[in-house]
Amino acid sequence: MGNYSYLSTIEPESSNLIKALQLVQAREGYVSDEAIVAVAEYFSLAPVEVEGVLSFYAQFKRTKPGKYEIAVCDGTACHIKGTPAVLKWVSGELGIADGETDKDGFFSLVTVACLGCCSLAPVMSINGKVYGQLDRKKVLRILKEYRNNG
Amino acid sequence: MANSKIKVIRVGAASCGMAAGAAPVLELLYKKADGIEVQEVGCLGHCYAEPMVEVITTDGESILYGNVAGTEQAVDNILNLSLEGRFTIPEGRASKELVKVLKLAGRVVPTSWEDYLANHGYEAFKRALTMTPAEVVDEVIKSGLRGRGGGGFPTGRKWSFLAAKQAPEKILICNADEGDPGAFMDRSLMESVPHQLLEGMLIAAYATGATKAFIYCRAEYPMAIKHLKIAIKQIYEHEYNKFDGRELEIIIKEGAGAFVCGEETAMINSLEGKRGTPRFRPPFPTDSGWKGYPTMINNVETFGNVPLILREGAEAYAAVGTEGSKGTKLFALAGDLKRPGLVEVPMGITLAEIVFEIGGANPEDVKAVQCGGPSGGCIPVELFNTPVDYDSLRSLGAIMGSGGMIVIGRKRCMVETARYFLDFTHRESCGKCTFCRVGTKRMFETLERITAGKGEEADLDFLEDLGNKIRKGSLCGLGQTAPNPVLATLRYFRNEYLAHVVNHQCEALECNALTDVMLDKSNCVKCRMCIKTCPVGAISDDFVINNNICTRCNSCIEACPKKTIHRVKGGEGVRL
Repeated sequence: MGNYSYLSTIEPESSNLIKALQLVQAREGYVSDEAIVAVAEYFSLAPVEVEGVLSFYAQFKRTKPGKYEIAVCDGTACHIKGTPAVLKWVSGELGIADGETDKDGFFSLVTVACLGCCSLAPVMSINGKVYGQLDRKKVLRILKEYRNNG
Repeated sequence: MANSKIKVIRVGAASCGMAAGAAPVLELLYKKADGIEVQEVGCLGHCYAEPMVEVITTDGESILYGNVAGTEQAVDNILNLSLEGRFTIPEGRASKELVKVLKLAGRVVPTSWEDYLANHGYEAFKRALTMTPAEVVDEVIKSGLRGRGGGGFPTGRKWSFLAAKQAPEKILICNADEGDPGAFMDRSLMESVPHQLLEGMLIAAYATGATKAFIYCRAEYPMAIKHLKIAIKQIYEHEYNKFDGRELEIIIKEGAGAFVCGEETAMINSLEGKRGTPRFRPPFPTDSGWKGYPTMINNVETFGNVPLILREGAEAYAAVGTEGSKGTKLFALAGDLKRPGLVEVPMGITLAEIVFEIGGANPEDVKAVQCGGPSGGCIPVELFNTPVDYDSLRSLGAIMGSGGMIVIGRKRCMVETARYFLDFTHRESCGKCTFCRVGTKRMFETLERITAGKGEEADLDFLEDLGNKIRKGSLCGLGQTAPNPVLATLRYFRNEYLAHVVNHQCEALECNALTDVMLDKSNCVKCRMCIKTCPVGAISDDFVINNNICTRCNSCIEACPKKTIHRVKGGEGVRL
């Protein structure tokens, strides 16, 4: 069993459920089955109620992400400027599809609705750092840099 | 040595500036500025020229530098006030823009209490406190301010509903869940001048008798959340949240990535820790909202306008704008234009002025503009003389929306654009109403089929019929507006749909299934860049692209130094 004692920083009041799940994800990178049970117990809810709320929100991950999470923006501006191509370049290079993590747990890939940097489209972010005006060369160079730096 | 005329250096360090590379510029400036104050400020709105640096001289002059590289040379240019790298606000934008709400964005340090106060900050709030709550509500009604989140409901009237309620708790919610792809007005305001939003909320709380205030901000905006948290702490420290014999609690809640939570009743559910599905109205939130208490929701930009009204008076505020739409509006300009960015314009300005003069788009290259994101519709270039106000836009089948404005160029396919928006809405539908849940999915599938070249003429009638049913059969704004992008494109660009379903052609050459790729050998220099770049090996040693293998990824088109490779009509390319 993992240790979820950090939940006690949040008041076990139902309107704080999402906040608690966000805390779990911030600490562990995702929300495991075990965490769902722990959160349910803490809020005196059934695990299925917690999972019901969790599954509604796109932010929550149920699989462990890679060390570096690549978020490719698919907002309108980025889409028009070529998100499908960016996705193809990234997943072609890494051999993973949207929502997957590579075998050694190094990179994971997700698409997100909008990173809010539309004027730099197309955009992706890696662990929150935003890279704009992407073309194929730039994408491959960025991925290589991360690999080389470990 | 830095030029002695420099008083202060401001670097645009909002998340857009940082994404464009402001961090290395800042680092170098801190190292070399030699005692000159370097400030990290918000966004001036000229996204196309980021990273941006403003130098204020001892004479009070402002000198702008744009596209500043993170190099010693570029930073030295700034420190020497060199003429190189200077940026002037383009004439079209300087003359058309009217900056009121964003006046302090990029001009104050976002997290500085003193900076905001030194720029008339909280004067409006103090003035409000000298009035009765009812007088404040009246002032907002008189100003003609309408909700900036999209619906355009008169703000003052909404306030009066909440003010009239008697309840142990009254709740104020700031909708900062800016989910429309392509919109970033609220982010910019929160990151650049968080106190302005909070001042608007304090005034609203005083006027309506609210006891608790939530800011529901999307988690994708970490800098906005950080700045707001600092600003709220400052308010608490200076006890500005204590007035009228009570203490206002201000709570930031991070959204969790559900577009529908921008809808007010869905947001209330989410704030209660539930699935963010909308509720049936009535009861309206001002009757029964968060945990049953009377609740009022306003958008970030709406609150951002409130201090202006109280500071300059309702009459002066209402002097700008049109009959039914007062004040200024922020727009996030993006898409196919030269100068994307955040602009503030008076209501009633025409689309042509925004897109061509401010945005610098070439009229020849523009096909339409999408207003209001996935809930809005497109407006074709022929109608660009339309004044931008709530009612004119609605009559054209678009909406003001929150202010995302995406310019669609001639090379874009309108069917593909509609398909993209439906892809978004059908995934974001919360699933509560059948028409929205199943209907948007069916519309999306139909559009997929059309863009894949497998559509029929009957599909167009089907889309129109289903679209109107989804409008009527959905509880909330998401479902009611989801068909808009399709219905608007069908209305203005039916010929493009017909080309797809009758001739199986995509005139914009964007739909992959209806397009081939061809290399024009007459200009080819045989550099083999295309062959090296092609991820699927579709290009032969004698430079022929086999369209049976090609995935239309455009890599070779980008790689070719001579621009010899083009997309052509489906069937015109080589198949081996």
